[in-house]
Amino acid sequence: MTDISTASSSVTPDWTVQTPHRAKRERAEKRFRAYGIVAISIAVAFLASMLLTIFVGGMGAFTSSKIGLDITFNEEVIDPSGARDVSTFRDANYRPLISDALTEIFPEVTGRSEKRDLYKLVSSGAVYQLENMVTENPDLIGTTQRVWLTAGTDANLYLAGKVDQDVDESLRQLSSVQTGRIETLKSGGHIKTALNKSFFTNGDSREPEQAGILGALLGSFFSLLVCFVISFPLGVLTAVYLEEFARKNRLTDFIEVNINNLAAVPSIVFGLLGLAIFLNVFNLPRSTPLVGGMVLALMTLPTIIIASRAALRAVPPSVREAAIGLGASKVQTTFHHTVPLAMPGMLTGTIIGMAQALGETAPLLMIGMVAFIVDVPSSVVDTATSLPVQIFLWADNPEIGFREMTSAAIMVLLVFLVLMNLLAVLLRKKLERRW
Amino acid sequence: MLLRETRSSKKLTEQAITFGLLLCSSVAILTTIGIVASLVFEAFRFFQQVSITEFLFSPDWSPQTAIRDDQVGASGAFGVLPLLTGTLLISFIAMVIAAPLGLLSAIYLSEYSSARLRNWVKPILELLAGIPTVVYGFFAALVVAPIIRATGSGMGFEISSESALAAGLVMGIMIVPLVSSLSDDVISAVPQSLRDASMGMGATQSETIKRVVLPAALPGIAGSLLLATSRAIGETMIVVMAAGLAAKLTLNPLEAVTTMTVQIVTLLTGDTSFDDAKTLAAFAIALFLFTVTLILNVIALKIVDRFKEAYD
Amino acid sequence: MRKLTGTSMTESSQETERDLIMTARNVDVFYGSKQAIKNVDLDIPKGSITALIGPSGCGKSTFLRCLNRMNDRIDICKVSGDIRYAGQDIYAPKVDPVALRARIGMVFQKPNPFPKSIFDNVAYGPKIHGLSSSKSEMADRVETALKQAGLFDEVSDRLDEPGTSLSGGQQQRLCIARAIAVEPDVILMDEPCSALDPIATAVVEELMESMRDDYTIAIVTHSMQQAARISQKTAFFHLGELIEYGDTGQIFTNPKETRTQSYISGRIG
Repeated sequence: MTDISTASSSVTPDWTVQTPHRAKRERAEKRFRAYGIVAISIAVAFLASMLLTIFVGGMGAFTSSKIGLDITFNEEVIDPSGARDVSTFRDANYRPLISDALTEIFPEVTGRSEKRDLYKLVSSGAVYQLENMVTENPDLIGTTQRVWLTAGTDANLYLAGKVDQDVDESLRQLSSVQTGRIETLKSGGHIKTALNKSFFTNGDSREPEQAGILGALLGSFFSLLVCFVISFPLGVLTAVYLEEFARKNRLTDFIEVNINNLAAVPSIVFGLLGLAIFLNVFNLPRSTPLVGGMVLALMTLPTIIIASRAALRAVPPSVREAAIGLGASKVQTTFHHTVPLAMPGMLTGTIIGMAQALGETAPLLMIGMVAFIVDVPSSVVDTATSLPVQIFLWADNPEIGFREMTSAAIMVLLVFLVLMNLLAVLLRKKLERRW
Repeated sequence: MLLRETRSSKKLTEQAITFGLLLCSSVAILTTIGIVASLVFEAFRFFQQVSITEFLFSPDWSPQTAIRDDQVGASGAFGVLPLLTGTLLISFIAMVIAAPLGLLSAIYLSEYSSARLRNWVKPILELLAGIPTVVYGFFAALVVAPIIRATGSGMGFEISSESALAAGLVMGIMIVPLVSSLSDDVISAVPQSLRDASMGMGATQSETIKRVVLPAALPGIAGSLLLATSRAIGETMIVVMAAGLAAKLTLNPLEAVTTMTVQIVTLLTGDTSFDDAKTLAAFAIALFLFTVTLILNVIALKIVDRFKEAYD
Repeated sequence: MRKLTGTSMTESSQETERDLIMTARNVDVFYGSKQAIKNVDLDIPKGSITALIGPSGCGKSTFLRCLNRMNDRIDICKVSGDIRYAGQDIYAPKVDPVALRARIGMVFQKPNPFPKSIFDNVAYGPKIHGLSSSKSEMADRVETALKQAGLFDEVSDRLDEPGTSLSGGQQQRLCIARAIAVEPDVILMDEPCSALDPIATAVVEELMESMRDDYTIAIVTHSMQQAARISQKTAFFHLGELIEYGDTGQIFTNPKETRTQSYISGRIG
């Protein structure tokens, strides 16, 4: 009591004087602030280094080396009968054309195994390139053309500078003789770098230079299509029921608890549900986007429901009152007035849910979408993988050529995710403008 | 008469539509039932072959099927303990990373940062949350694990190429945005008047945060961390790609461990017949995983709800 | 208008200049582009209760929060002018607002005890300012503050219970005790009774009256009766301007300004 009154009677402002106690508190304040900045910086730095690693590592996959050879489209080899029938073109063996062209440049190569090495400089997929050229334009037969063929796996890596020349020759994929030949080709103007079209047009392959993401992309597309067709209407209608129609009772409470808990169930468990119920009980086709999409739909449902409910709640009650005041029924009010107004918000939530589904991997592994599939799927019941599963498969592949492909596939996946999220942001902006 | 008729038919349509909507809503319940039913049914078949006590308490996990009948351990060993410790070890490492980073960034963003910085950092954190886990797995296996191994051997440690540390670290970063956004919600729910009271009597901002805001938000933060832990326990791809397959009963973060999710993936990918213990074991693990995460979620949501009610 | 404020100011400053604990000159406050306070001059004499009255939105709370720099916490809020505490410019760059607030405490509209025990609520300030070196000293300090706030007898047997378990009026007195425990010179009160029932209000008013010997109090109130009952000086704010300032008796019986007259007779706000 006494000390308080003395303190207040001596009015000498002392807050500009640095006492040790105050200095200590100030340091603590600065330290605490720094912790926050450090924490954020770590997260941002991690993100940056991850994206940078992937970007730097994956750029190479978008280009590939081509070897230019003067191919003589020998009629003897392609179409000895001269019938010019497409099926003959398909059956023909184009290997000798490439071998001949190579032998022309390297006439000194004679031994059997030597020759086999030489031919490996060109990708084994190059024959399809020739086949397609002939099928499209049979007049090529009998002519000689400079054709740019995809380089073989090892030649490609060497030309991209990905082969460590310090490694002992016996451990290298390419012998010094082979690299010498590549250099010869290079100085002869037989090598160029071009866009790696096959990356976007092919399915998976054992050879990295022939592998592409089209199959996985379409697998993802079909899965998302199924996912959307199921989860969007179900999610929106569930939200409409819970927000506009349901009375608060045990059943609706139970539904809500279920939705909240489903949102937190580990994704792999949904995969097991798909395996046990969709595949084993209903006997739906394994490894297909149909089942994949169904599993993803169940996973996405909570996201869509929660977002749709928020969107419905944001519609002002005056809209409902106005409609009901005009004699509209509950159903009419909801579907003519409330739902259309909430639609942008619902779509935003759906797109975000779809983006999550696009990146989902684990449940798809459970239903067999993890097989090695070369063919590009053309419907929801064809066997397929998906983009993230393809990434998983390639990341697991020890061959060095696939590492680049993995990063490149991740880049494609991230581009799609960014686009979807941008779309969601734009929709949200549009929504905000309304009220 | 006519009026009454149209009205009653209209009413009937309304009722039919309402019922249809109710059916749509019940899909959520059906999904839960489907999950529980499939897990319980297959797990039950598993427990007919392997006893529950062995599953829960045996320290060995080696589900390989014998090539020859007389091979040692032909029936395989199905003790979930090494998987559980592996899962908990990695989740623990992840939370050791994610809890401070997420919490401190949430505090900085909600209490200190300018609106401009917040508008930049929040989308970046959301981006971190939006990156598929398979990408994190790739980065963990390809970049983080080798770095950890190199650093370890530089300091004289023997670290396996697939270590709990690498997987846990990367998983921790992945969970940062989750922790940060959940605790951001919680911290914002602490009434401004408490901050005013503290600042009004001359507390610094950090004193206010440490002594008033955080203690007030503690239950909510605990709930958020539980949710994040449950997420870490159920995470699959990072551990599949970076943690390894070795079922070792160890708490050494430098060793390779395996987790429940890794084993589910391993047991169920590839050609599988649907009656051997090996395949069914995956469902037993999944049932265990589902139960654990469900309990964590229910507790966490309860805590967070109660916390938010306290300040409404 | 400004002229008038000036004259009333000179009168009071002539008689009590050395007893003015706070002075404000030409204070403007902007929220973004909106001006909330326009050119206000005001003196707060030591050891008295100064009431700030006016219709809601008139800027009286904003002005009060300038006096211990609570407005610093709002990014878009810009304060200009000269505000002095014991002759020192409190907005000078060297001044640490944290230390300033230890001398000029604040009690808020809604009772806002921390979610801690009653004891810890009161001990909070002394702890952060390092005012007590031992546990027993801290206990003494808490007891003194609670006694001064007239709360000690009601809570002495349950100091460990949470502050939020008290009734509204008790909570507000706890908040006053919490402010007192730091031994400030000035206590700013922002409508401290607006959330309380009449009986609790009476107790708090009585408490303020008894605190006048040790503390200078500036109180924002929406209740003219309260201002008339407890204050010695009254300042009437309207639309961000200080319309009239003077002895409470004079303001309520013989206002010089017509707007003051209208307000106290219930025609504004």
